[in-house]
This record gives sequence, structure tokens and C-alpha cells, in this order.
Amino acid sequence: MTGRLTIAAAALFAGFLAGTGPAAAERLVTSISRHQVLVNSSFTGTSIVLFGTVEPDSPTARRATAYDLIVTVSGPKQIIVERRKERVLGIWANMASRTFLNVPSYLAVLSNQPVEQIANADTVRTQQLGLADKLLPQQLGNDVADVVRDDPFRTNFIRLKTRQNLYLQRANGVTLLTPTVFRAEISLPAVAPIGNYDVDVKAFADGVLLTRANSAFEVVKVGFEQFVATAAQDYGLVYGLTTAMMAIMTGWFAAVVFRRD
Amino acid sequence: MQIYLPIADLPVDIFLVLGMGLAVGFISGMFGIGGGFLMTPLLIFIGISPAVAVASVASHIAASSCSGVISYWRRRTVDLALGLMLLAGGILGTAVGVWLFTVLRSLGQLDLTIGISYVVLLSAVGGLMINESVRAILRQQQGKPATPRRGGAHTWIHGLPLKMRFKRSKIYVSAIPVWLIGFIIGFIGAVMGIGGGFLLVPMLIYFLRVPTATVIGTSMVLTLITMASATVMHAVTNHLVDAVLALILMVGGVIGAQFGARAGQNMRGERLRLLLGLLVFAVGLRFAFQLVVQPEEIYSIRMLGAE
Repeated sequence: MTGRLTIAAAALFAGFLAGTGPAAAERLVTSISRHQVLVNSSFTGTSIVLFGTVEPDSPTARRATAYDLIVTVSGPKQIIVERRKERVLGIWANMASRTFLNVPSYLAVLSNQPVEQIANADTVRTQQLGLADKLLPQQLGNDVADVVRDDPFRTNFIRLKTRQNLYLQRANGVTLLTPTVFRAEISLPAVAPIGNYDVDVKAFADGVLLTRANSAFEVVKVGFEQFVATAAQDYGLVYGLTTAMMAIMTGWFAAVVFRRD
Repeated sequence: MQIYLPIADLPVDIFLVLGMGLAVGFISGMFGIGGGFLMTPLLIFIGISPAVAVASVASHIAASSCSGVISYWRRRTVDLALGLMLLAGGILGTAVGVWLFTVLRSLGQLDLTIGISYVVLLSAVGGLMINESVRAILRQQQGKPATPRRGGAHTWIHGLPLKMRFKRSKIYVSAIPVWLIGFIIGFIGAVMGIGGGFLLVPMLIYFLRVPTATVIGTSMVLTLITMASATVMHAVTNHLVDAVLALILMVGGVIGAQFGARAGQNMRGERLRLLLGLLVFAVGLRFAFQLVVQPEEIYSIRMLGAE
């Protein structure tokens, strides 16, 4: 009985060794500078620094080619409607629209060189490596699907998001400090929405994905801003009455202070 | 100095917003109006979404009309009975306006509606004011009395039933046109983010023959209450009132209004009306231009909700 177990364990262990094999395996270790970004009244955007190393499992298994890294940061999912203005009776009005379902509110693709040079076109597309390759589900009639890459609603959606600094792709966003140690700076604009942000780090060599690691951080409103935003959303009536009272008090105060008769 | 607005969700320069409050306050004090028709477009121009701008300006107008009401009350030039009758229609108009605002926003046609309303309303009212004041100035230069005496001319409005006597204004009119005017002002105010003072004053003078002595004070009572309730209703239905933005605007507004009122006292009535007419007309033209000229950006995105 005991003997059989030992054999089984030995076999498993042998299989494990064979699986990883002589083809070197790497480990990705990352560390993020902050796990929480606090939005207060003086918040004008910030940046978070991610450090990491790609470690070969054994020192002898060092590769001949350099490592490539792609860091993808995606913010809380949102439902966003996009509208297009058309000329109707001489004036410009919103006519056609497209709804994007559960798309990242923030999306950053940072790499140490253009993603097209890290992997071949096929891999880039299937693994959604570039900003333009990300899945953007849209409501199309009764279906939810993504559309062809050069669809005008899709390209303009990415362009508008990029202009707000909410979507970005930087081919120099990751700096390799040594062949194995890297640093990436994630910049968050002031309009970055509140919520959880996922950080996905992928290490490539010779156009092949070696390993990946995940991390996350959170953007939260704090103090007065948090208080006001929650009050407006959850206690609309009290909030409205308070604001109206504040207006009346301000007006009354001015009338008293500037009294001329 | 940048400050992050919690509802508008963007940072603004506090001194820029304060300066806008001061400038609009100056104009509102000078002409005895709320100044919403200037403030809302200015806020949209600095990047605040039209919906947040309209909802927040309501409380700003409430503040400036409150200080106006108090000073007119001291001079006993507020016809409270007339104000309350206008208000009966005004509250209903505001509620309908806030409802329409919500519907238009979900249809994506809010910006267009605000744009068209500004063009139609402001160019029409501005044009009428320019016309009227130029005539008055010309008459004056010819040596005739500035305002022709209209006498006790009775129009069809005076034939309506439900007549009421308003003692302080010394008028005897039907309650129906009073309610109707209140409704229109409340409705327009909620949809367009304007107090409607520049519309209400001429309406009260021309349709109800309210004497000039009580007209501004009374119109301010209506503006104060409709705008205060618009603030509450916008807060309850759309959650878009930015209290921080509103407070900065209010503080600038009430201070600016004091200096504006002093400047206005040194000017003749017709010239003041001509200036206001030109200003209103110019804002209307600006909106017309924006609607007709091809926009730089024909695509726009808006968040509907979170997952």
C-alpha cells in the first residue's frame, strides 16, 4: 500500500519535472507603488509605478534573447453610449448611436517596444495585445458583439477615450532597467473613474508568451469629495434641500453684509 | 488653484469659476436678472457637462435672487400675493421641465434642445428688447416723453374669469394668465438652466400691466422659489447638482451683484435695456452659430452606467 503510493508520488514528480523540462521557465514578480489612489479636492491626476523582474527558474537557463513586457491596466467596466451628429435641416443633431457594454473605463497598454515587434500579427490579434485589439462588446440589434477594427464607431470611440487620456498605448511605457528588471509608469488622469483597476503583466521572449502576473489597485474618493458624491447619489432629497438652503443662506448673508440702507 | 468637483468629476481652476461668478453677478446686479442664460453657457464652455451645468446653475440663481428679494422686501416693493400666484404655476412648470430634462437626456437630445431653445428664446427676446429700447432712446432725443402712456387699455387678458385683486401692484386681473406665466417661466428655467428673470419682467409688464415699482422684486420671489425647487428636483431625479461648483458660483455671484447694482444705478433705463438686449441677442447668435457650423467633433460619448 505504502509502496504503491510512493511510486505514484514519484511518477507525479517525474511528470512535473518533465513538463517544465529543459525549456527554461520564468517567474514574473511585480510590485506596485500604491494599491489605493485617493481622490480628494486637489486631485489632478497621478501616476502609479510598477516594478517587476523576470526570473529564470535556474540561473543557467538564461535566454539568449531579451525579454519583452506588456503591461495592461484596465479600469472599472462601464456602459457607454456613443453618438454621431449629422446635419438635419441645416443644424447638427445627434442621430446614429452605438452602445458599448461593459467596456473598460480606463485602458492602458504599456510595453517596452511596439507590440507588433514583440509578437507576430496573429498573436497580437488573438491575445488582444494592442489597444486596438481589445474586445469592445457592443449592442448590435439584439446581439452583443464586437465589430471589425475599422468600424467608424469603434475607431472614434477609442480616439475619444484616448483624447480624454483614459485610453492609451505607449511603446516606451515599460523601461528595462536591466535585462530582467523593469519599471512601468501608469498615468491616471483627473477624470479616471472610481473603482478597481486590474493590472496584467505579460512577459514575452521570441514572440512567445512566457508567463504573466496580475495585480490591482483601487481609485477611491475620500473625505469631503466622497461625502458629497455619496450624498448626491444616495440621499438626493436631503442633498437637494441642503444645497437649496445653502443658496438661500448665501443670498441672505450677502444682503446683510452689503446692506446699504 | 485647482479644485476637484465631486459631481462634475473634473478639476477646475477655483479662481476662474469665482471670476465667472463675479462677472455674471455684476451683470445680474446691473440689470436685475439672475444671469443663468450667461452662466450655463460659460460652464459648458469650460468643460462641465450641460446637464451638470443646468442643474448647478439653478442653485446659483436661487442665491442671487435671494439677496435681491431681501433688499427689495426692505423697500416694500415685493407683491407677495402676486408672487405666490405665479408660483402656483411655477412649481408645476418646474416639475414638468425637470421631467422633460430627464427624458431628453436619456434620448441624447438634451444638448440640442438646450441649444435650439437658447437660439429661439434669446434672439427673439434680445431682438425685442433692442427694438423697444432704441425706439425709446430715439423718442427721447426728439424731445418726446420716453415711455408713451398706455392708459388703461384693456386687452383680451382682462376679459378672462377668476379675477383677483393684487393690492401692492394695484392691478385687478384673472388668475389664469398669472398661473400660465408662472408655468412657462418654471418650465423654461428647469430645462434651460435659466432663472427666466429677463423673460418674466417684460411678461409681467406687458401682459399683466404690473407697475415697474413692484415688478423686479416680485419676479425675484418667483425666481428664488422656482430655482430653489429646481435644485431640489434636479438633485432627486438626476443627482447632478454639484454643490461645490454651486457654492463657488454663488459666492462670486452675490459679491459681483453688489458692484453691478451700483453701476446700474448710474445708467438710464433705456440704455440699460439696450445693453441687456444686445447681450441677450449676442448669446443667442453664439448658440445659432454653434448649431449651424459643422462641429469639430461629430462623435461624442457618455457613460450610461457602471457594470
